Amino acid sequence: MMKLEAIIQPSRFESVKDALREIGIEGMTVTEVRGHGRQKGHTEVYRGREYTVDLLPKIKLEMVLPDKLVNTVVDTILKTAKTGKIGDGKIFISRVEEAIRIRNEERGESAL
Amino acid sequence: MKLAVLCCWFAIGLFLLALPLSAQQTPAASSPATASSAPHSEVSKEVSDKLAQLDQRVTAAQAAGDNAWMLTSAALVLMMTGPGLALFYGGLVRRKNTLAMMMQSFAMMGLISVLWALVGYSLAFGGDGPVIGNFHYAFLRGVGMDPNVDYAGTIPHLTFMIYQMMFAVITPALITGATAERMKFSGTVLFMTLWFFVVYAPLAHMVWGKGGFLNAAGGRFPCLDFAGGTVVHISSGVSALVCALYMGKRIGFPKQPMPPHSLVLSFIGACLLWVGWFGFNAGSALAANGLAASAFVATHLGAAAAAIGWSVAEWFKNGKASALGAISGAVAGLVAITPAAGFVRPMPAMVIGLAAGILCYFMVTRVKEVFGYDDALDAFGVHGAGGTIGALLTGVFAQQIVNPIFGPGNPVGGRDGHWGQVGNQLVGVLIAWGVALVGTIVILKITDLVTGFRANEEQETQGLDISQHGEEAYYFES
Repeated sequence: MMKLEAIIQPSRFESVKDALREIGIEGMTVTEVRGHGRQKGHTEVYRGREYTVDLLPKIKLEMVLPDKLVNTVVDTILKTAKTGKIGDGKIFISRVEEAIRIRNEERGESAL
Repeated sequence: MKLAVLCCWFAIGLFLLALPLSAQQTPAASSPATASSAPHSEVSKEVSDKLAQLDQRVTAAQAAGDNAWMLTSAALVLMMTGPGLALFYGGLVRRKNTLAMMMQSFAMMGLISVLWALVGYSLAFGGDGPVIGNFHYAFLRGVGMDPNVDYAGTIPHLTFMIYQMMFAVITPALITGATAERMKFSGTVLFMTLWFFVVYAPLAHMVWGKGGFLNAAGGRFPCLDFAGGTVVHISSGVSALVCALYMGKRIGFPKQPMPPHSLVLSFIGACLLWVGWFGFNAGSALAANGLAASAFVATHLGAAAAAIGWSVAEWFKNGKASALGAISGAVAGLVAITPAAGFVRPMPAMVIGLAAGILCYFMVTRVKEVFGYDDALDAFGVHGAGGTIGALLTGVFAQQIVNPIFGPGNPVGGRDGHWGQVGNQLVGVLIAWGVALVGTIVILKITDLVTGFRANEEQETQGLDISQHGEEAYYFES
């Protein structure tokens, strides 16, 4: 089992979600987050006071997948989340030890 | 109104034509008591009775029209404080101080209203002293449905009283813009109570009260202030600056970003202020007459030109015209046109607005930065500066064709060739600045000794909503 975290542009979220549904991905957890990588923020001016906003809004998708699905999902996200500009985000993949469904205590991939 | 008067005259004409006929037919029936006297005097008595009756009805009709407009205006001015100012200021602060900010405006609707009825009205409009009124109308004794001919001869005294009350309510609320996000609630209540007695009531009497030495009609220095440039805006704006300097900066200012938490609230508030201002300025004609219409138009054009002035200045400076800039400009224009509204023609009104929009932009961006004071929501930059430029320009642009306040045919302002009026305006401005400065410093000292004025560090960091009122503006979990 692998855990996949993708941080993407909020404007691409709907397309990514739809594309993942099309390839049969059932579950995901979505968080509205703020952060920055290499992308510079912007300045806002309120009555002459300038504020630099360097933490920008992003969407974080988290999903735990069976090993065989990881590549397809990564390809799909790359294809749909990319705008080609700085600030498109990142994907992190890590190994997951165990998954347990709370309702019936099922374990392993069948709990996903 | 004109139509009604025309109808009345038409009725009088018909009545006079019909008179000889009815006099011949029923002399005895109409007035048996005077049957023995000559028919001629009988007729003239009847005519004069009828005319007196008609006169009464015409007066009553005018009074009804004036009263309707003035009650509406009073309600409009109240709407400026709540929700107008409460939303405008509430949106400009950080989320944790929203309710405290709104509450500071709303508290004035309770506190000052009561003080006004108890003694405030009497201190402002009782008697004919040069500086302050007396206790003649204390507890609203003698303030009833009959007009007070000293101020407004066609509306009930009660209407005049409640209309003026709304001005007294909004004025201290304006100050809270400078002290935003760090003033204790107990301190606010005590400060505003004292400020109302020490600064507002005397200034209102000096400028508007009978016998007041700045009163445009017969004062020693006749200062033109149609709706409160000195009494409302200079007084509150200058006091706001003193408060901001006395209190010091908010924790983290100016390093930490403190952007407005909801410009949407501020936007709605500013638009409500604009609408309410028609009651404030056009209502200051104290009647539903041509002068009210003139003030209405001047008010609107002043606000519009100022919104443009601020936006253009900002566009040049930052490359963008912001929503906050546009609404701030409109408010600055409304402030500046306040003293002038009932004295100037529409084109000068736009000049005043434009000047105020640009000047106030400069005040809140450059001047504030140079001096480094933390006038959090720019109460001084907008009301102090806008009120001052408006009061002075009133002396320049006032015309007797709009309002012959110095008597028919007498020049009023610089446009009429009476440039001395600018000097009178300057005296009014200096007195208002002086009373506000000295009064506020004294009151701040007293407040600081009794309740304290500023919230402590922990309360300020936590936010005034929770620390002062025990509640939150936005409770997302519920």
